[in-house]
Amino acid sequence: MNLKLRIWRQSGPHAAGRFVEYQAPGISPDASFLEMLDVVNERLIENGEVPIAFDHDCREGICGSCGLMINGVAHGPDPGTATCQLHMRRFKDGDIITIEPWRARAFPVIRDLVVDRSAFDRIMQAGGFVSANTGSAPDGNAIPIPKDAVEQAMDAAQCIGCGACVAACPNGSASLFTGAKITHLGLLPQGQPERERRALGMVLQMDAEGFGGCTLFGECQDACPKQISIETISRMNRDFLRAMLTLRPASTGAAGAG
Amino acid sequence: MDLNSRTPSGPIQQKWDRHRFELKLVNPANKRKYSVIVVGSGLAGGSAAATLSELGYQVKCFCFQDSPRRAHSIAAQGGINAAKNYQNDGDSIWRLFYDTVKGGDFRAREANVYRLAQISVNIIDQCVAQGVPFAREYGGLLANRSFGGAQVSRTFYARGQTGQQLLLGAYQALEKEIARGGVVMFARTEMLDLIVINGRARGIVARDMVTGKVQSHVADAVVLATGGYGNVFYLSTNAKGSNATAIWRAHKRGALFGNPCYTQIHPTCIPVSGEYQSKLTLMSESLRNDGRVWVPKQRGDQRPPDQIPDADRDYYLERKYPSFGNLAPRDIASRAAQEVCDDGRGVGPNGLGVFLDFADAIKRLGEDRIRERYGNLFEMYQRITDENPYRVPMRIFPAVHYTMGGLWVDYDLMSTIPGLFVIGEANFSDHGANRLGASALMQGLADGYFIVPYTIGDYLAGAKLEKVGVDHAEVIGTEGIVNERVLRLLAVHGRRTVDSFHRELGKLMWDKCGMARSAEGLREAIQLIPALRDEFWQNVNVPGSDAELNQALEKAGRVADFLELGELMCRDALHREESCGGHFRVEYQTDEGEAKRDDERFAYVAAWEWRGDGAEPCLNREPLTFENVQLATRSYK
Repeated sequence: MNLKLRIWRQSGPHAAGRFVEYQAPGISPDASFLEMLDVVNERLIENGEVPIAFDHDCREGICGSCGLMINGVAHGPDPGTATCQLHMRRFKDGDIITIEPWRARAFPVIRDLVVDRSAFDRIMQAGGFVSANTGSAPDGNAIPIPKDAVEQAMDAAQCIGCGACVAACPNGSASLFTGAKITHLGLLPQGQPERERRALGMVLQMDAEGFGGCTLFGECQDACPKQISIETISRMNRDFLRAMLTLRPASTGAAGAG
Repeated sequence: MDLNSRTPSGPIQQKWDRHRFELKLVNPANKRKYSVIVVGSGLAGGSAAATLSELGYQVKCFCFQDSPRRAHSIAAQGGINAAKNYQNDGDSIWRLFYDTVKGGDFRAREANVYRLAQISVNIIDQCVAQGVPFAREYGGLLANRSFGGAQVSRTFYARGQTGQQLLLGAYQALEKEIARGGVVMFARTEMLDLIVINGRARGIVARDMVTGKVQSHVADAVVLATGGYGNVFYLSTNAKGSNATAIWRAHKRGALFGNPCYTQIHPTCIPVSGEYQSKLTLMSESLRNDGRVWVPKQRGDQRPPDQIPDADRDYYLERKYPSFGNLAPRDIASRAAQEVCDDGRGVGPNGLGVFLDFADAIKRLGEDRIRERYGNLFEMYQRITDENPYRVPMRIFPAVHYTMGGLWVDYDLMSTIPGLFVIGEANFSDHGANRLGASALMQGLADGYFIVPYTIGDYLAGAKLEKVGVDHAEVIGTEGIVNERVLRLLAVHGRRTVDSFHRELGKLMWDKCGMARSAEGLREAIQLIPALRDEFWQNVNVPGSDAELNQALEKAGRVADFLELGELMCRDALHREESCGGHFRVEYQTDEGEAKRDDERFAYVAAWEWRGDGAEPCLNREPLTFENVQLATRSYK
């Protein structure tokens, strides 16, 4: 199939960006979206041009590296699909495809389609863990956990940290990402001792990074390649509220520092 | 070189306990005076960095991805083994040890494997404590499933995303330590060389992939946890970024390379569909618990699979290996698939595929149970192939998946360069010539959580290290070599892309050093690879500059190293005149086509020593002795 691409090119974080048009003839419908970009890049290099930078790694929808706005939709038209698992058979011959990076204040562009998502790591540092140092664990079966609780926790734990939720949100909120981790750990007995500190620390960090607030548009769960539910945001809000009410100011600072 | 594995003496059950007691300790107040560099943030690197920091060491951790959470351990699907015997089916530490030694075709170091089996139980406990959501039964206790190469159910899992959940556990521990100030994380930073001072590993030279700045980092010890080198084949189940540069640079600085030819070809991957193909996707081996593998009995049978009656189907694994059936180990299942395809009975557009059929399981258990077990894998399959595996059998074919070879390490996981530790897939590991399913996650976490944190203390306590700074002559010299190489890649201005070289190397490796190897083919490859390497350095086209994010430049450096490593793999495969595990030499097989080991001549670890560009590498041998498991022909019949 033959395609026309409009791709965002930006040579560096402080440079001005713009759309550049490329022809992509002879693309196999069985190729993945990123393989289509590989083909375009090979041709650019052969013509002495600089290839398009984009993040990718596992190419099987689990590492969370890739993430493109495709015709204005995070990860493209297929629900529950990361960009790397989107295949060209989803498009038609002659289509014009617009490809942009994630756009959010907290995700500055590094180059072309590559953005800086390190804010997600800092949110995790603010409490997205169970403090269980190596060696201190009891037997794995010492604490039975209801199957339903684990399954629900797993639904949330599947988050791949790609950032599509932020890119899709009109407010640029990271609530689905943050809520998913708070839900995963909050549903398990292992996560209880730090549950409130965690919610407080992560939410405050999310705000500090410049992500917007959640006003329940629900775009995030539609864009999420793992189809994580916005119910996780309700859980986050509940835990955050409880933490605000129960944790005294002296310890809120400690929670923020992890 | 005198290779000393420093394996402790005494009965195998007591070696690790005794050794831990004998290891020198660094007292808690002194630990903070020592610094350790960990390269890689997967299961091995992430768990090691977090644990070393918990102990009080100053840790710097490096990864080339934009976050440590993206290391390729994340893609492991099926599960992690542990000798818990929760299922009461007769499992034990001894049985896991035995299965692993046998599964590795008697080419692993017994004492290491025993320790791995011992530690396996602690790993599960640790991960549960971190909040890893392992699958559970209705009573709330942990669930298990069986996996290839074992007759007990000892595999713990989190749907088809076990690697993801274990890695996120390690990643969260790592982030906790970063927040505490114990670990400084360098993401999007790639190690390009090892700094060796007075014979000891003292740091790395790394490139900031965003700014292009090349910078040195010094420390008291270096841990490499940079994964395997399956991408030497271009097409593999590895992530696109997975590469051998860190271990290859260390090899060229004096670390011996163990068993480079031991490659695992995984039997259940989605077949190649076209020239543009950039990677191969694994379908978890756990599918073989319920899926039945078959091809038509007749060549050229073009009927749709559901119209081929049972009588015309060859369930070749069940036929050839009745006691293990579809759960035969990976190397055996892969070779059997290749054989039926070579026989002209392969399925799919190019005849390179076999069916993995769930019709019987769906009949027996219902579609819902199958969806519960494998739903995400079925979805992934459908997304890639546009076929619905609930209705038509999956098509699968073997693909390069894991490399058992890697840098040689002693019992303490230290390489032949003092102060350089190598863990996880990057070392030559405990898997011998073939890794069993669900053992990679176990090994990575055993090394990172429970072995290297102890053994590194013993090294530091006894090493008497002088202070070195980044102004040391050796540091500046190494940095200069790295810079010069980066500029040399950019200065070629040739006509071929990096990928075109990588594809050509990959095809060569797959044809000559893949599933079946012959002396003739390997000799040919040893001629062809250096020629390709020469062409690379004369004709590669790397656009852009060094002072920016330049993905073509990153790839070029990695492919340049693969072009050297590939040759070593072929040399190793040529010298090993036997078939064992993932290494199958066509000249050495039984009348029934099974691998024929030669224990008289080859019961050793081949540890190769770099002798300089253009010089033949030197072979060193670590003899393997089996005191606890009797050497026997591996049979899964």
